[in-house]
Amino acid sequence: MSTATERVWAALEALTDPEIPVVTLRELGILREVNDAPDGLEVVITPTYSGCPAMGQIEDDVRATLAELGVAARVVTRLSPPWTTDWMSDAAKAKLHAYGIAPPHTRPPADVSVMRFIKRPVADVVSCPHCGSSHTVVTSQFGSTACKALYKCLDCQEPFDYFKPY
Amino acid sequence: MSTPIDYLLHLADNAVVLGQRNAEWCGHGPILEEDLALANVSLDLIGQARLLYQRVAELQGGDATEDKLAYFRDAHEFRNYTLLELPHHGPLVGYAAADRDYATTIVRNFLYSALMVLVWDGLQNSSDAGLAAIAAKSIKEASYHLHHARDWLVRMGDGTDESHARVQAAVNHLMPYTEEFWTISPAEGAAVAAHVAVDVWALRPAWDALVNDALAEATLSRPNFHGYVTEGKVGLHSEHLGFLLAEMQSLARAHPDGRW
Ligand SMILES: [Zn+2]
Repeated sequence: MSTATERVWAALEALTDPEIPVVTLRELGILREVNDAPDGLEVVITPTYSGCPAMGQIEDDVRATLAELGVAARVVTRLSPPWTTDWMSDAAKAKLHAYGIAPPHTRPPADVSVMRFIKRPVADVVSCPHCGSSHTVVTSQFGSTACKALYKCLDCQEPFDYFKPY
Repeated sequence: MSTPIDYLLHLADNAVVLGQRNAEWCGHGPILEEDLALANVSLDLIGQARLLYQRVAELQGGDATEDKLAYFRDAHEFRNYTLLELPHHGPLVGYAAADRDYATTIVRNFLYSALMVLVWDGLQNSSDAGLAAIAAKSIKEASYHLHHARDWLVRMGDGTDESHARVQAAVNHLMPYTEEFWTISPAEGAAVAAHVAVDVWALRPAWDALVNDALAEATLSRPNFHGYVTEGKVGLHSEHLGFLLAEMQSLARAHPDGRW
């Protein structure tokens, strides 16, 4: 890694998600690469959900940080490979949990039957981030944002968000 | 081999038209959770449409942009299924208005997302790398849309007499429009020949399995169909699309180069 890319990584490391400020863009897997290409530095980001309204803000934050650093780099949005919650580190998941959001489960392995599109894993129990109880129930598949489902804990009675596997 | 642009527009127009339709529920949902859910489904659909329009603009080159494609084409240039432009209620004479019916909304989302999980799944292997990348994201979103719509279909179908009757009426009303899924338009034929698209006809048994399984669980019956097959995807639309586009496009057309 060149000194220039190291400086860019260090600066971008500080950027957090506009909706969930306890995790960084790098931890979420949105910030993918900093490349020292022959025609200049390049920062690669990838969108989460296709319609995520935070992506515009994220791109602006990256550009502003680069400008502050005095580095001329272009910001490239790349779709492939598609973003997945499996890229989140355990540390990032622990931070989500501490923030009151149940972290995403690992995606189930691929299945070929057509019913895979509607099947739910039997053991997909989402634990309450407040009291740890696994006695929880889904209220809605879509919460405050597309990436989260709304759950309720039947023990402590608190509602909570579950970051859905993607 | 050039990518058939009309096919990409068909996919994009489907997503933007249903996204706009479902967004009508924003602030009017039957319960708060569903208001949020429908707004989030719309965001996904409009996001998918944007990625597809961006891909079209890239292929067209020149001064083509996603906004020009969404806001400055007229109804006859749209390539969406007629199913997706219909209002949120059953059939009425042309000048009549009615309240939005959530059963109609749910049944349509179910029928369409059951198709799109199959279409996006196949398109992940498209010879157009840009489309394959969009498909690999959209498949994940479409399967959440399918879960959501299917849950409500079962809940309302296997619910009260009132909810059952309303969701059965919506199935009877909307099912005939799904015949349009299975006719092959010239754009689809060209895209299949170029290995850009999947052959929808081959997806029909899987779609039938998803639909029949859900209808059975919801204690609903599937109507037989004999009649006119709609042709929205070749630009022959119902009277409803013009009104939908007028609402969606008027702001951009009033301020042609506006930025916000
Ligand atoms: Zn709890």
